[in-house]
Amino acid sequence: MNQPLLSVRDLSVAFSQGGGTSIAVDHVSFDIQPGETVALVGESGSGKSVTALSVLKLLPYPAASHPSGEIHYGGMDLLKAAEPQLRGVRGNDISMIFQEPMTSLNPLHSIERQIGEVLKLHRGMSGEKARARTLELLHQVGIREPEKRLDAFPHQLSGGQRQRVMIAMALANEPKLLIADEPTTALDVTVQAQILELLADLKRKRGLSMLFITHDLGIVRRIADRVCVMTKGKIVETGPTAEIFANPQHEYTRHLLAAEPKGQPPAADLEAETVMTGRDVRVWFPIKKGFLRKVVDHVKAVDGIDVTVRAGQTLGVVGESGSGKTTLGLALSRMISSQGEITFRGQRIDQRSFREMRPLRREMQIVFQDPFGSLSPRMSVSEIIEEGLKIHEKRLSAEERDQMVVDVLEEVGLDPAARFRYPHEFSGGQRQRIAIARAMVLKPRFVMLDEPTSALDMSVQAQVVDLLRDLQKRHDLAYLFISHDLKVVRALANEVIVMRNGKVVETGTAEQIFTEPQTDYTRALIAAAFDIKTAPTGVVSE
Amino acid sequence: MSEIQAKAEVERVRNTVRRPFLSPLNQRRWQNFKANRRGYWSLWIFLGFFILSLFAEFLANDKPLVASYNGEILFPVLVDYPEEKFGGFLAVTDYRDPFIQEEINANGWMIWPPIRYSYRTVNNEIPGAAPAKPSWLYTKEERCGRYDLGVDDPNCTVGNWNWLGTDDQARDVLSRVIYGFRISVLFGLILTFASAVIGVSAGAVQGYFGGWTDLLFQRFIEIWSSIPVLYLILIIAAVLPPGFWILLGIMLLFSWVAFVGVVRAEFLRARNFEYVSAARALGVPNRTIMLRHLLPNAMVATLTFLPFILNGSITTLSSLDFLGFGMPPGSPSLGELLRQGQRHLNAPWLGISGFLSLSIMLSLLIFIGEAVRDAFDPRKTFR
Repeated sequence: MNQPLLSVRDLSVAFSQGGGTSIAVDHVSFDIQPGETVALVGESGSGKSVTALSVLKLLPYPAASHPSGEIHYGGMDLLKAAEPQLRGVRGNDISMIFQEPMTSLNPLHSIERQIGEVLKLHRGMSGEKARARTLELLHQVGIREPEKRLDAFPHQLSGGQRQRVMIAMALANEPKLLIADEPTTALDVTVQAQILELLADLKRKRGLSMLFITHDLGIVRRIADRVCVMTKGKIVETGPTAEIFANPQHEYTRHLLAAEPKGQPPAADLEAETVMTGRDVRVWFPIKKGFLRKVVDHVKAVDGIDVTVRAGQTLGVVGESGSGKTTLGLALSRMISSQGEITFRGQRIDQRSFREMRPLRREMQIVFQDPFGSLSPRMSVSEIIEEGLKIHEKRLSAEERDQMVVDVLEEVGLDPAARFRYPHEFSGGQRQRIAIARAMVLKPRFVMLDEPTSALDMSVQAQVVDLLRDLQKRHDLAYLFISHDLKVVRALANEVIVMRNGKVVETGTAEQIFTEPQTDYTRALIAAAFDIKTAPTGVVSE
Repeated sequence: MSEIQAKAEVERVRNTVRRPFLSPLNQRRWQNFKANRRGYWSLWIFLGFFILSLFAEFLANDKPLVASYNGEILFPVLVDYPEEKFGGFLAVTDYRDPFIQEEINANGWMIWPPIRYSYRTVNNEIPGAAPAKPSWLYTKEERCGRYDLGVDDPNCTVGNWNWLGTDDQARDVLSRVIYGFRISVLFGLILTFASAVIGVSAGAVQGYFGGWTDLLFQRFIEIWSSIPVLYLILIIAAVLPPGFWILLGIMLLFSWVAFVGVVRAEFLRARNFEYVSAARALGVPNRTIMLRHLLPNAMVATLTFLPFILNGSITTLSSLDFLGFGMPPGSPSLGELLRQGQRHLNAPWLGISGFLSLSIMLSLLIFIGEAVRDAFDPRKTFR
């Protein structure tokens, strides 16, 4: 057996906070061989990111400490190395790419300057030489026409392009090991497939080793040679990828493997009562130019879309980010103004003012994407849930309201005793349940679900999908389900609209769309979601 | 059976601990506040001073607290008794008059406050010319030389000492400091609170609605805040007699602007938060969203500001008094004390008393302000 490139032995990480200490990583050991990709898999909070960060000693010391462990790299124990030695390793031999490319890039520096800075710091390159190398790097990471992109700022690039720039920066010094901390979680499925393709390609061409951190087993299967499964700070199982997937030993691994969203939506029933319809819905944002702010053009976020949502049925709206699917949902629930006829249970609502909409609000509810942002951090769970009741059910006494809160919490699978706690005390999945409870307590007829699962871990996604399907069945709810993730859509929707650039690309029952997609775009979305495969150039955005 | 169990279960759930008095977040803040020892002690010292000064009438007054006269219990500190009651002829009794004192002591008793001077009491028995030195700088003979019976006079007691001397009108400096402290702090508190209410509401409306409301309001504030306040006060003082409420009103016209910036920024930032959209989707009216969801965000910035605005208000009032454009003549005021100190350099107790009382009060408030800022800093960690 060769000498491993990186060897982590018996690593522990502890955080001290307000007098107490909590152990985030508990006696973890693994090796990375040259040219090998090792995946650390686990749910959020399992300590996988902390493990990766301690390799480069990037944790907030001295709040964090290492009670035990050694990290050997090139004959040196990184945990005991002095800061100047570490700086030589960081960025030079070991580079890192992060989850959120927008916050990892300096918004005030052009692409050329961002990459040039790395070259200057570590290689002493400047001027023409640095420029040539930058172009080469951008070309390698698959940015087309890199000459034109040199002067671009991060906000002018798409999410996928930004992640490519991050990778170019990480590769600038030809590192031996790349640590990738959930590099695709913030990206669309189609872009995710492209980035993974790029990483696999780089690994092949350069013999790069990779430590890949993710919660998504689909990605692991596609990219990793070996897998370490982490939970609660411990590695519970480790082995070659194929073996782990074929024959999982630990119970937790089996649980993760079984966690993909499953189940079938109720059969499409075109006879069911129509709850909401939109005819030729348009949301155009004017582009104003000149001193008099003359409208010169429009951004057509939603451009003439017809929708019908039926009781007990789910209409899935899919598309990449920027395709206008969330805007369509907001327009239908009258959170933003739009043109075109919208009817809700037989009433025209597109002309109503915000005040006139208020009585209808209890029947149409929204569940938002980010369960951390959509719950007010200063209100207890019970206050959050009963807020709607206080507006729409003014007659209820405090006890009756409390009873309804208890009932709805039980219905979404939370302990009612927890209702006096605050949102930050709950995990992401629990918080999403609270957000669903807030919508359900009003007994709505129509619920708009705006990517309710995309901020959640895989295994939690499956639970939330089951819960939503269960609630729909029990209350005959009409869902408008917005997502870029076709896996979730397939488990929940019985009719699907595929959107791109504000227009409908394809529409039909879920069965038709998934088994016989008619357009390249739909096929690309399906390939990206289920097989993490890229589509031919030009079909989807980068 | 199962139904009874279910009911018992519901009962148990309902009776589980209600939320504690302070939310966990506020508990953490209180811990952070306490961790700043200087600020924590400053708070208690300041509160001690402030509460004492609120009862200034019972500490320093030229009337007895309780008196017994002909078997009747009287409360001169609370009720004005005409002098006829004790055989005199004035409309309001002068209890410092030896004749009245003898009359009451002959027919009962009376209890004096620790300092027998109010802020406007003129001490007619000072040993030398006003301003007189603090009493402890005189011998007992000098101190009591002006009393009828000299050192044997019943009024030659510690209660009649001028601990910090007298000012140029022979009024006791210590009692003026106590009353002046109270009026300064009250002025500061009322002004700060009122400007916070106005400023926060204005900032909230601008930030929440944005667009034209914001644009017009901001331009108005720019013009408004470019008016020189001091000159305006001078002009108004020429028309209206300056008093506590008039000064408060004029300064309030301009001081609320300080809050608008931070609150507006918080509201602009937070109005697009998802939980605000969620509340809007529930049909919550704008006013409730602003109060319940957005205001708590802005309160952190506001509360951090408060102690400093309070300090600013107190300083402004003192400087107006120092220049002679503040409170009407005769009012107890620290600024006026400083002015006397500046005029009578030969009487250093005036300047020193004024300086120490103002600087101690302002320092305590700044220390408290620092601790409040620490308490609300989410990134602050204590190891």
